[in-house]
Amino acid sequence: MNPYCLTLFLIETKERRLILKIEQDWGRFREIVRGKIKENLRKYIVHSELIGKKGKDLISIPVPQIEVPHFAHSPQKIGGVGQGDGKEGTPVGVGEIEGDRHAGNQAGSHILEVELTLDEIAKILGEELELPNIEPRGKENIKSFTGRYTNIHTSGPESLKHPKRTFKEALKRQIIIGSYDPLDPVVVPISEDKRYKSREAIEKPAYNAVVIYIMDVSGSMGNEQKEIVRIESFWIDTWLKYQYKDIDTKYIVHDAVAHEVDRDTFFRIRESGGTIISSAYRLCRKMIEERFPPDEWNVYVFHFSDGDNWSRDDTGDCIEILEESFLPKINLFCYGQVESPYGSGQFYYDLEDNLGKKENLILSKIPEKDSIYHSIKQFLGRGK
Amino acid sequence: MLSAELERYVAEIKAHAIGYGLDFFDVIFEVIDFEEMNMLASYGGFPVRYPHWRFGMEYEKISKSYSYGLHKIYEMVINNDPSYAYLLKGNTDVDQKLVIAHVYGHSDFFKNNFWFSGTNRKMLDEMANHAVRVRRYVDKYGYREVENFMDGCLSIEDIIDIHSPYINRRPETKSVLEEGENGRVPASKLRSPNEYLEDYINPSEFMEWQRERSEQERIKKRNFPESPERDVLLFMLDNAQLEEWKKDLLSMIREESYYYAPQVQTKIMNEGWAAYWHSKMLTEKIITDGEIIDYADHHSGTLATSPGALNPYKFGLELFRDIEDRWNKGKFGKDYEDCDDIEERKNWDRKVGLGREKIFEVRRFYNDINFIDEFLTEEFCREHGLFTYNFNRSTGMYEIESRDFRKIKEKLLFLLTNCGRPIIEIMDGNYMNRGELYLVHKHEGVDLKMDWAKDVLINLSVVWTRPVHLETVSQGKVRVLSTDGELKDVEVK
Repeated sequence: MNPYCLTLFLIETKERRLILKIEQDWGRFREIVRGKIKENLRKYIVHSELIGKKGKDLISIPVPQIEVPHFAHSPQKIGGVGQGDGKEGTPVGVGEIEGDRHAGNQAGSHILEVELTLDEIAKILGEELELPNIEPRGKENIKSFTGRYTNIHTSGPESLKHPKRTFKEALKRQIIIGSYDPLDPVVVPISEDKRYKSREAIEKPAYNAVVIYIMDVSGSMGNEQKEIVRIESFWIDTWLKYQYKDIDTKYIVHDAVAHEVDRDTFFRIRESGGTIISSAYRLCRKMIEERFPPDEWNVYVFHFSDGDNWSRDDTGDCIEILEESFLPKINLFCYGQVESPYGSGQFYYDLEDNLGKKENLILSKIPEKDSIYHSIKQFLGRGK
Repeated sequence: MLSAELERYVAEIKAHAIGYGLDFFDVIFEVIDFEEMNMLASYGGFPVRYPHWRFGMEYEKISKSYSYGLHKIYEMVINNDPSYAYLLKGNTDVDQKLVIAHVYGHSDFFKNNFWFSGTNRKMLDEMANHAVRVRRYVDKYGYREVENFMDGCLSIEDIIDIHSPYINRRPETKSVLEEGENGRVPASKLRSPNEYLEDYINPSEFMEWQRERSEQERIKKRNFPESPERDVLLFMLDNAQLEEWKKDLLSMIREESYYYAPQVQTKIMNEGWAAYWHSKMLTEKIITDGEIIDYADHHSGTLATSPGALNPYKFGLELFRDIEDRWNKGKFGKDYEDCDDIEERKNWDRKVGLGREKIFEVRRFYNDINFIDEFLTEEFCREHGLFTYNFNRSTGMYEIESRDFRKIKEKLLFLLTNCGRPIIEIMDGNYMNRGELYLVHKHEGVDLKMDWAKDVLINLSVVWTRPVHLETVSQGKVRVLSTDGELKDVEVK
């Protein structure tokens, strides 16, 4: 194609795009999904219930959609017609069900499953929740330089010439000096117009980070509560892993005594017993002191419990540990309280009353699955 | 602005299309990039729509699925005179040829299919017009106000009477002077050519029956609405106590619903017809030897069936081909129907050659429902491996239920009836003489999605501005939902 035409065509499409204005509607939709506006529509947002890893680090993610209610048949009773092999009783994937169509648009409203890497997921998460990038502490020794060809320079090797930008400059110059004739659009670049791609060096500093998850597994924590903890810590893990490349994770469970466990056990274990939170805090303190000195490590602690501590004295101990050993040293201490039918949830209020003003202590209530979204935002929204 | 090359393809394909007997609107092709394509697709094909997040939601879905390589829109065509069609920039020549041929198929269908006869052929202008009106209301009443009302309208946009464009539902009102003496309604007689035949043509029992019927008619007139009304939106427009601008918004939503309804009613046929013609034209006339592989690749991609799903392109195409084949071989009529010999039926060929003529007739008069009702055969179902599936509560999965022909047809027809939507009618627009609305769901064996029904009812009551009731059957029991103050759910029997 003739390059002169190309320049003109670019200008033309740009104008056309302004007419389309999808950005406004799109932005509006995203704001609704993020929960910023129109609370009444939130309950119609369709989101995933479970995060499944596929293969190495692939995951399927649904696209958020708002399903406006209509008079509709109950989908599970309606069934459908399909095509393919199989005997009676063979399960079929739910494909495009013919009845699932609305008058408003030709396309049906099925959810698309998209495969993404965890890094992409984290990016989307960060974007959706408007999470700030974390400002790390620690040894700021430079690890490496990498480069990407994202800059434009006025000099460089011919092999890196950027023809589009070069022509643009030439066009600009000719319009300015008046030598451009729209009827005979000849654009001739001279050497001052030439533009080259250039490499931009990016410094990648090395940071150490550790995340310690503490979960209350006392008798009052049911399966549903643990499910909440599991989903929430998965997302937190994803985000922090995206922010720090080589992150360490440690897991502590406690009822009346605390143990360090591996990841698998952390999510599967079901114990029953009383609740002495300070036991976990002591173990965690020991762990940090011995293995992760805070002047070299970015330390994050997430504690999930139903907030029904054994005694007031013990809560006092916890507050003391938090105040003296954790908060002055570590990046962030997050306490997420799930709601259980048995617990009083007093621990949340105790922390709030005593330490509510500390800026690296974040408290969050997670009464149900739908609150996870909000809670993650609370925990990670400060960029610590 | 088409390149000279595309211009040439269009001219060539158009000539072939005319040669095959297709009769279409003028088609204006535009080449656009994927971003514009995604945007236009989000707007339902129209470049100018009113501002609303629903289009942003579509865009989210379409653009994401595009960027992750799951889905690509090759073509879009608008039912309008002239038809507008968009081609994706950067497609291969084969793709463009296929798309152009496909578009002519659609345009022919839009122009000739009876079910499209009532649609506005200047919809492009109308949509732009709607956009201007909505923007004016936004300026006057504020974005939120307009958007909130729109949200409610969206929830009820499909409660229309999809057959009303083809039937006169409201007979012209007769003069009340026609009422007979003593308030008795005169019975309508049948015309008798001779006096002496009068007693035979209009016997007294018949006259009595007629009188009774007229009397009932008269009583019915006191009902409001006179007979159950399915076009709930129209009823609202005529009778709801709404500000004028809100009525105007509602009327736009209704108009757009009616515009899109035939596309839903003929999805299988329309896609099948277009696919039939692109494959016929390309393979017989257009494609060069070097392009055949690319064509086959794209064509099979369009017609691919994922397990369990029914692809309307493929289903429609195969059914059209089946009809053509049957009418070419004379596989219809009494002789064929009465034949029990499987071998004989299979090899039946009377060489009548009516296939082409028949499919043109089918594309003229049918919609998906009678298309399937009349032309889906047991042989076809078996050959294409169709089955019905259902949700199995104990395994929590959808499972193949049956391969029985009658069940498949029954299920398909049910899914297509009223565009797959439950049938809702207004029984009383002045319920309890309090200006409340009483709706009835005609239960056809499948319950409503109750949580949604409740929310829709609330949206309806906002538009109606008075309480709204819905009678339905749920789990075998008659229930009435009411929005009286707060939502109530009362079991009746």
